[in-house]
Amino acid sequence: MTDQAYNFAYLDEQTKRMIRRAILKGLAIPGYQVPFASREMPMPYGWGTGGVQVSAAVLTPDDTFKVIDQGADDTTNAVSIRSFFERTAGVETTTKTSEASVIQTRHRIPEEPLTEEQILVYQVPIPEPLRFLEPRESETRKMHSLEEYGLVHVKLYEDISRHGHIATSYAYPVKVEARYVMDPSPIPKFDNPKLGDMAAIQLFGAGREQRIYALPPYTQVVSLDFEDHPFEASKADHPCGLCNATESYLDEVIIDDQGGRMFVCSDTDYCAARQAAGHKGKDAA
Amino acid sequence: MRPLLSVQGVTKHYGAHIGCADVSFDLYPGEVMGIVGESGSGKSTLLNCMAGHLAPDAGQVVFDTRAEGPKHTVTMSEPERRMLSRTDWAFVHQHARDGLRMGVSAGGNVGERLMAVGARHYGNIRDKATDWLERVEIDAARVDDRPTTFSGGMQQRLQIARNLVTGPRLVFMDEPTGGLDVSVQARLLDLLRGLVRDMGLSAIIVTHDLAVVRLLADRLMVMKSGRVVEAGLTDQVLDDPQHAYSQLLVSSVLQV
Amino acid sequence: MIELNDVSKTFTLHNQGSTVIEVISGVSFSVAPGECVALTGASGAGKSTLMRMIYGNYLTQSGSIRIGDVDIVQSEPREVIALRREVLGYVSQFLRVVPRVPTLDVVADPLRALDVSAQEAQARAQSLLTLLNIPERLWSLSPTTFSGGEQQRVNIARGFAHEYPAMLLDEPTASLDATNREVVLSLIEESKARGAAIIGIFHDEGARDRVCDHEIDVSAFTPGMAA
Repeated sequence: MTDQAYNFAYLDEQTKRMIRRAILKGLAIPGYQVPFASREMPMPYGWGTGGVQVSAAVLTPDDTFKVIDQGADDTTNAVSIRSFFERTAGVETTTKTSEASVIQTRHRIPEEPLTEEQILVYQVPIPEPLRFLEPRESETRKMHSLEEYGLVHVKLYEDISRHGHIATSYAYPVKVEARYVMDPSPIPKFDNPKLGDMAAIQLFGAGREQRIYALPPYTQVVSLDFEDHPFEASKADHPCGLCNATESYLDEVIIDDQGGRMFVCSDTDYCAARQAAGHKGKDAA
Repeated sequence: MRPLLSVQGVTKHYGAHIGCADVSFDLYPGEVMGIVGESGSGKSTLLNCMAGHLAPDAGQVVFDTRAEGPKHTVTMSEPERRMLSRTDWAFVHQHARDGLRMGVSAGGNVGERLMAVGARHYGNIRDKATDWLERVEIDAARVDDRPTTFSGGMQQRLQIARNLVTGPRLVFMDEPTGGLDVSVQARLLDLLRGLVRDMGLSAIIVTHDLAVVRLLADRLMVMKSGRVVEAGLTDQVLDDPQHAYSQLLVSSVLQV
Repeated sequence: MIELNDVSKTFTLHNQGSTVIEVISGVSFSVAPGECVALTGASGAGKSTLMRMIYGNYLTQSGSIRIGDVDIVQSEPREVIALRREVLGYVSQFLRVVPRVPTLDVVADPLRALDVSAQEAQARAQSLLTLLNIPERLWSLSPTTFSGGEQQRVNIARGFAHEYPAMLLDEPTASLDATNREVVLSLIEESKARGAAIIGIFHDEGARDRVCDHEIDVSAFTPGMAA
């Protein structure tokens, strides 16, 4: 029974306390990237080591845990992280958004509005929104501390000059409480409006880059834009092929080699719940 | 009239080695001052001390800010100094790639300072960038091209546009024509001269090219081993140098 | 308007055994508005040197050189520059310009520096260039490619663009043909008539006799030459 040989939720208590301190600091300074001593986890970088450490630090034995990867509960990444905490923490797991108290996510925010009883943990690959134009960490830190954010708009300017519109469609930069510019992790910009004024706590963990940042409940989050090119939360202009939802974010699925394709909700729990309630799309069996 | 920049006793050591020692002068609005001297004479060290890139060991630099009048730039807070360097100051590097973002289009390069001071209207930023490209004689059709596709002279002119777009009052130039073809240099000098006059700029130009200072600078400082050995009206220092080193410097230039 | 008082100059050649050469000593004279004074003396007597000292191009060791209210010997560079911009004109023997600047702009430049509108400055430049017989097809070209005589005329046009209250003319009629010489002499006469104080060096005796009111023999102040 090797599982019993591990401390609750894999990490030792000292590490969890260290991570909790980083989380508390992040919550106190919304959008600020707090450095933390990221641990080696039994999974490769890029598989959510940052999110897993944050989840481990906030989970309690009474929690119900849900993991989504691009909105889906049933992909390899989601399944393995879910089973990791089933084994190391023994917590309840679920695929239902409303039943979960802690939701770890890669690249999506669930469609169903979250509540004050919930915590959303994001997996973050590159936490620094200024990194694409300024490679020096010393310089980006200074830019954050001095609120020198002209560079973010240079990126958006380049987008418009090259594509005629802001082509950035995910990891779209936001400004938090009119202070820190933050990378919301690679969520589609469709999800950006949900970041602000959310009832749940949002925590962001970047394992490889060793950064934690956070949005406390009901934080003001504004997507950056130009006056003449305002921010737009875009999605594929179709209803879901399975549940006929028109308000959800859709994945495009290629279904044959004849160019056939369908659009389905990326949030599998949301889609399944709608189908169970009798909604039916044109591609539903 | 109040000096735009007042430098008093600026000294910078690198260990036991003197970078520059006890340099003092006042620069008035609209004046262009040249600093000449051989490599290692301390002219670039002095320039960097004045532009806030280096902290001098002693001495003070007082700049007459647009917003709040004369302020000590050495002791002011870093955010304040960085704000100055985006608004009232400009810095033209010898190598354009030190002063440009090579991965960003020409328009984005020029627009950056505007966005840094709060411009948020894409159309206006782009119009202004295009206007500035034309002012530095770069075809407006190149606005979306990256500087990597530009010639050395064009890159240098782009760097100048990028610096002047926010209407600075003081331009620091470090060998602005260094490494350019002679024909390209002449064009750049002519452009700089026109901009300096039309915008009423003050400028401090570090160079070892005496022809550059003769054409651009009203005043000249000759430096040797970190110290100013002679200063005065440019044509007077060049045509009637008083110090032994200035005489040597002037007489060493090949006549063409 | 121009007043020299006990002016002296030495050159010290630090790189040639610190040789000290006394060039000029004890010069005093003055030029009133509307007056033209010729500097004379043999070659090497220091005529050009004295003129350059008056312009502030050469450093004066002692004495005073007053142009209007300004003593150029004691002035800060910016004061000299302002003086040269507004009060003191100088037509040297050689044209020195930024390569590739069109002739028209070269001539209009002194007016542009005085914040005269581009249009007005260009109009003045055009009329001077026409007067001095520089063909219009050359106006858009840089004078660096011109012949010696053409360059000299461009230089004169530039020197007369602004109506300076004080002017220094170094061989203004040298290398000019009779027609253009006449134009230059009338320009000098017009300047005198409007009250300019002028100091000139003329090898051309006819020109000197026509425009100058009196002469100063510089050799009298040259150590080793007067003796």
